[in-house]
Amino acid sequence: MKKPIPVTVLTGYLGSGKTTLLNRILSESHGKKYAVIVNEFGEIGIDNDLIVSSDEEIYEMNNGCVCCTVRGDLIRVISNLMKRRGRFDAILVETTGLADPAPVAQTFFMDEDVRQWAQLDAVVALVDAKHLMLRLNDAPEAEDQIAFADVVLLNKVDLVSDDERKNVEAAIRTINPHATVYPTERANIDLDHILDRGAFDLTRILENDPDFLKGSDHSPDHDHHDHHHDHDHTCTPDCDHHDHGHGENIHDTDITSVSLRGTMLNPDLFFPWINKITQIDGPDILRLKGIIAFEDDPDRYVIQGIHMIVEGDHQRPWHDDEKRESRLVFIGRNLNREKLERTFKACHA
Amino acid sequence: MPDITANQFGSYVEFAGFIDDKPAFALSEGIVQTGDATITPHDGLLSASLSQDRKQLVTGGEDGKVMAIDGDGNTKLLAEPPQKWIDQIATGPMGLVSFASGRTAYVVNNDGTIKEFTHARSIEGLCFAPKGKRLAIARYNGVSLFWTGMDADPVELEWAGAHTRVTISPNGKFIVTTMQENALHGWRIDNAATGDGKHMRMTGYPAKVKSISWSAKGKWLASSGAEAAICWPFSAKDGPMGKSPKELGTRGNSMVTLVCCHPIKDVVAIGYADGMILAVKIDDASEAVLRKTGKAPISTMNWDQKGIRLAFGSEEGEAGVITL
Repeated sequence: MKKPIPVTVLTGYLGSGKTTLLNRILSESHGKKYAVIVNEFGEIGIDNDLIVSSDEEIYEMNNGCVCCTVRGDLIRVISNLMKRRGRFDAILVETTGLADPAPVAQTFFMDEDVRQWAQLDAVVALVDAKHLMLRLNDAPEAEDQIAFADVVLLNKVDLVSDDERKNVEAAIRTINPHATVYPTERANIDLDHILDRGAFDLTRILENDPDFLKGSDHSPDHDHHDHHHDHDHTCTPDCDHHDHGHGENIHDTDITSVSLRGTMLNPDLFFPWINKITQIDGPDILRLKGIIAFEDDPDRYVIQGIHMIVEGDHQRPWHDDEKRESRLVFIGRNLNREKLERTFKACHA
Repeated sequence: MPDITANQFGSYVEFAGFIDDKPAFALSEGIVQTGDATITPHDGLLSASLSQDRKQLVTGGEDGKVMAIDGDGNTKLLAEPPQKWIDQIATGPMGLVSFASGRTAYVVNNDGTIKEFTHARSIEGLCFAPKGKRLAIARYNGVSLFWTGMDADPVELEWAGAHTRVTISPNGKFIVTTMQENALHGWRIDNAATGDGKHMRMTGYPAKVKSISWSAKGKWLASSGAEAAICWPFSAKDGPMGKSPKELGTRGNSMVTLVCCHPIKDVVAIGYADGMILAVKIDDASEAVLRKTGKAPISTMNWDQKGIRLAFGSEEGEAGVITL
């Protein structure tokens, strides 16, 4: 079996800078060739026979679950691209500004062919620093895109003041405390930060977030932030102090994250629990990821999910100096924190 | 073992068959070899269908071109809609050609005029009814049946889910689709217009069905999607309803990727993921090995008009002609 082709999904509201970023990826010399699936040809000013336009086509799967949707057009385009797979090293999928990222991501888990050929690498969201706060109030899609992202490019930071930027960053953190956030101007980002992230790869998941287990909730690019401004704490919904001073400016988000922490779990209790939670609350759960310590198990168990799709695997042995802890983060709408905490607690060994 | 003339090409074989009785191979990189000619009609070839008189291969490409290629490699540009991948092609009687791109299907008449049929959803599959008067379009939640010569509204056949390919039986009575889920779905055309068309659900496949083929007189519909060719009986008025399909060429270790029924006899050529090809009689399930395993899954097979030669190709460029 050949190694699956990595796929990066690029989301972002209209005017956030997706086309600028795509043009950079296509024109810079980075030694890799990308096939790019876009919705509109016109905007990309580069002649490249690996740019494919595709009409977004959302298909509900016939399993009675409303959140189990895939992008039918992607299945077709990727099937055709894979007939000549020697031409490119990776695939980029650009979504429309209003797109829900879930069907795109789910395509890579729910279609047997696409799953065999291609592997979702990361979801990257571009955000317009100047207009995000407005968008969050009038466009739920903008919120979904941030909640879903592994990497957020806070673009056009040159157009806002430091205070405005801090406000926007805090809003992003409220929605998604674990995404890596990079402030950019004109989408100018080191491409290593957005490509080949392995965010959905169970062998690499969370490696870009080394503090995940420590629970500091600092973003991994923390030092990067410090180059720009003095910001010694990235706020999250888990923070228990009340003086952040930015709360009043944050819109009424209904997306929250719930972070669960525990010690050794009993697999016979945990698996039925996670299956039940995702079956019942799947439509509200946008992303979940975690590292689980099971009793009598020398290996770390990693888990990730999108809506009702959950997959997990043993990742590697726990190191001797590692504390055997379990940590699970849900990002979603209307999450019942009390219920999640209580039922998770009941999974302990 | 029958005699095999083997080729090795550089890319996925999209079509292997016979144009005007000459062995022909169309590759996804855009090259077509027919008889002694090798041409490059496309920069990237995505679809191909032999004309019903078997004298031309109609191809669609990443370059947005639709070409007709004769047995000597002469090409004719049939259409070129702007900047679109042409990944669906169907051929019909009297030289009719249909192709699709995104949400628009086109019918090219034999005088070269082109008629457009637009749809609200992407067009996943195309086929003509036997007389060419109707064009069936597979789409999300069913099939639309257009009249090719009229501007009338299409007849809509509804069934929830994504329909990815469509075929009409040789007698014109049944219409069958492959689905995104592991199933086929069928309707009787005669009562489709009234909306009380009986649904035929053909399920139980372990994998998606990507290849379907009608036996010579339409008695059977063979399909891939399992470790055997699944053949549904269509000789009764209600098709396969209440009947079990035949499982032919069952193997425990390799999936069927392609089926191609013989043009005269009730025999199906079965191609597998490991490159093996069997010919199996539908009546008594007797098997003959036509090709031992190869490097890659069989991606295309077509018989010549008399059913003496079978051309095949694989996903990694292996190709050949088997003479019985």
